[in-house]
Amino acid sequence: MLSLVAARLALGLVSLLLVSLAIFAITSLLPGDAAEELLGQYATRETVAGLRASLGLDLPAHLRYLAWLKGLATGDFGRSLASNMPVAQLIGSRLPNSLMLAAATAAVSVPIALTIGITAAMYRGSAYDRTVSMLTLSVVSVPEFLVATAAVIVFAVQLRWLSALSTTADITSVAQFFRVFALPVFALCCVIVAQMVRMTRAAIIDQLRAPYVEMAVLKGVGPLRVVLHHALPNAIGPIANAVALSLSYLLGGVIIVETIFNYPGVAKLMVDGVAQRDLPVVQACAMLFCAAYLVLVTTADIIAILSNPRLRHP
Amino acid sequence: MSAPLLEVRNLEVRARNAAGQEVPIVRDASFTLAKGEVLALIGESGSGKTTIALALLGYAKPGCRIAGGSIRLGETDVLGLSKSALRDFRGRRVSYVAQSAAASFNPSLTIMAQVTEMAMLHGIGSAAEAEKRAIALFRALALPDPTRIGARYPHQVSGGQLQRLMAAMALIAEPELVVLDEPTTALDVTTQIEVLRAFKQVVKGSGVSAVYVSHDLAVVAQMADRILVLRNGEMQEIGPTGEILAAPKHPYTQSLLAAAAPTPRGAAAAPEAPPLLEVRGLTAGYGRIDAQGNPTLPVLRDIDFTIRRGSSLGVIGESGSGKSTLARVIAGLLPAARGEVMLDGAALPPALARRTPAQLRRIQLVFQSADTALNPRASVASILGRPIEFFHGVKGAARDARVKRLLDLVQLPASVADRQPGALSGGQKQRVNLARALAAEPDLILCDEVTSALDTVVGAAILDLMDGLRRELGLSTMFISHDLHTVRSVCDEVMVLYAGERVEAGSRRAIQEAPWHPYTNLLISSVPELRQGWLERRGSVRGPEAAAGARPACAFFARCGLAMPGLCDVTPPPRRTLAKAAEILCHRDEAALMQASIPAGP
Repeated sequence: MLSLVAARLALGLVSLLLVSLAIFAITSLLPGDAAEELLGQYATRETVAGLRASLGLDLPAHLRYLAWLKGLATGDFGRSLASNMPVAQLIGSRLPNSLMLAAATAAVSVPIALTIGITAAMYRGSAYDRTVSMLTLSVVSVPEFLVATAAVIVFAVQLRWLSALSTTADITSVAQFFRVFALPVFALCCVIVAQMVRMTRAAIIDQLRAPYVEMAVLKGVGPLRVVLHHALPNAIGPIANAVALSLSYLLGGVIIVETIFNYPGVAKLMVDGVAQRDLPVVQACAMLFCAAYLVLVTTADIIAILSNPRLRHP
Repeated sequence: MSAPLLEVRNLEVRARNAAGQEVPIVRDASFTLAKGEVLALIGESGSGKTTIALALLGYAKPGCRIAGGSIRLGETDVLGLSKSALRDFRGRRVSYVAQSAAASFNPSLTIMAQVTEMAMLHGIGSAAEAEKRAIALFRALALPDPTRIGARYPHQVSGGQLQRLMAAMALIAEPELVVLDEPTTALDVTTQIEVLRAFKQVVKGSGVSAVYVSHDLAVVAQMADRILVLRNGEMQEIGPTGEILAAPKHPYTQSLLAAAAPTPRGAAAAPEAPPLLEVRGLTAGYGRIDAQGNPTLPVLRDIDFTIRRGSSLGVIGESGSGKSTLARVIAGLLPAARGEVMLDGAALPPALARRTPAQLRRIQLVFQSADTALNPRASVASILGRPIEFFHGVKGAARDARVKRLLDLVQLPASVADRQPGALSGGQKQRVNLARALAAEPDLILCDEVTSALDTVVGAAILDLMDGLRRELGLSTMFISHDLHTVRSVCDEVMVLYAGERVEAGSRRAIQEAPWHPYTNLLISSVPELRQGWLERRGSVRGPEAAAGARPACAFFARCGLAMPGLCDVTPPPRRTLAKAAEILCHRDEAALMQASIPAGP
């Protein structure tokens, strides 16, 4: 089993390396030249060439890639072309904000989704189950920018309960924390809760059809214990994967939601970086998102391996 | 006489069919059971025996409901219990042992947690007391290492052990009634004996009453005091075991008894018939193949045999003996590591992909489970039409005519063609499965346990059909089974496999005569006989578990009653030919084997 886990981790690292190559290749293909962009109206042929040399842009691509990779490995993400600040510092100032948003969303969505999914599976076929199915289907088909925009219009513009913009600087009390986070968390939750509910429900129902569940019923085990004690341990693998996939969807959703709410997170930094052709910032942010995705998926795989008694006790 | 422990009156259970109508699947069942008595419910699938058994726990399968009648256990009206009272009732007063222990144990929980769960739920004593009681039951059921087996997970113990562990689970809360639902049907005969013995001991020892559901009269003869015969949800006959076996009144009971004692079919093919399939020095298995041609996990070792044109070879052995692998190797699904498979004198390429369509056409495989082998979304016509198109290039009306002819050949009405497999009975599906193989017009059919999922009577009809086809079409068959009766009744020649080795091979006549290889002897003497008291007289059997660990020179060493330590475990056994013209793989000579060949000795 340990070898399986090690193999999974190694595979994760290899994927990360391939991702870094892809990110570097794609960002190098972006149109425009950072040196020209930076110099603006001062761009003459000599100044551009000089700046390119000082930024290392005149080196061949593979050398630039290796230098960048070496920087990544040692924690040096380079300097922002736009602000001339170290990228690490830029990200460092934004990352806690993004993590807080993601953590708040996960903390709200995962328990809600698991509870709804499990109860829907327990009462499958009932009016409750059908309502949940219908609602999750409708919510999952609405894109998050629409949810976010609609939420702003209703709660911020019409009702004036919450602020349309979310800046973490205003947080001094718990109430303010809710005011700032309510709308972005709501928008993000809508989409991922629906997906997690559907996948949790399917995984549990799959187990409830197993003969050992019938056996448990014939032993006089109550319905709640059947689900939590008998079915759930066997559904952990698929549920962990569903949660990981949904949370990784957050990474994409965060970009849109942070932009709409003007939330100072990493995604906003990346979007601004693209607008300013600030390659080091874009590359570092992209790496960060991909790494987070890989961490989530790998964690889910490892949980699935650990939860399988056949692998745990060969 | 005191009041009976269990009293069932006019029980009716209804099921919703595909059209949404409710039809009764059990009608007017009434019987009683005294304390300490064992009652057998016997019948074929669809007879309602499991439905009645489950109703005793106040339970009906999804889609079914208990529609009428009454069930009383002691003073309790079972059908009148509330949901929570029913939960308290189940396990504590009536418990259940399911057919497939492997599927009925939760794979994620330890055995001890599941065995003691009932005692904990019903608030009987502390965890420590429950575990102590569980260990005592493990010991009573003759389980190995009773103090530590509970810490294992279900996949870590064998099927026969799991079935006994499930009995321990059923008995932990000291119920008044235990319902055993075909508890040994999925086991090998050699495993079945010890499980039956353990069940019987525990049931008699604890004075618990039992309802034993089975389709196997010989097993029931060992276990039950009385037998209730069921058919299509209706009671046919009820009476003491001895009477039912000796003087069955109802014609249906008589037909069940007749099917349990199989009649030999077919005449042996002429010995001078040319060989169709020759297998020489076949070794196959899984994993990397080393320089000598041995795979990491060998399943078959050095197998030789011949199937003559128009004849039938039976392959018999316990689960894990490599008999299904043999069919896969011949069909090309698993390429052999070493040795050759020759069809009409020409060597076949080991791998499926390298064989020509003509070679593929000549060997067809019929799988054990028609349920999974037939595409549930395709009509019977398209299931049969595809191989006709593929192998013979026949399309349109000509193909439809051939489909009709095939259905006729397997004795199914032409109207079956438009239906999907789900709308057919088990026996009909197996006939379609057979027709699918026949569609290719093969020379050789490999049948892998084709009757083991079927009832005795339905299975016997399939065997008759195959025997007829064999003579009509001049087919050769290889018939794989774990059931000695089946193989003996349909095959001209028999090969016995043990742990991937051919330990005995001979004609059908030879396999019915002593002396045998010790393993063949064990198999023959382990098949329950249709008389009471056979189990008690039958000596103890060393089941497959005894052979765990490193493989000695003779794979059967650890289980063999005639093993000679120092010789058998060190030197590979030689191949010898017995006077009855059978080849065996054994160190013992004919006289010693003859002396040991007392099939049902104590």
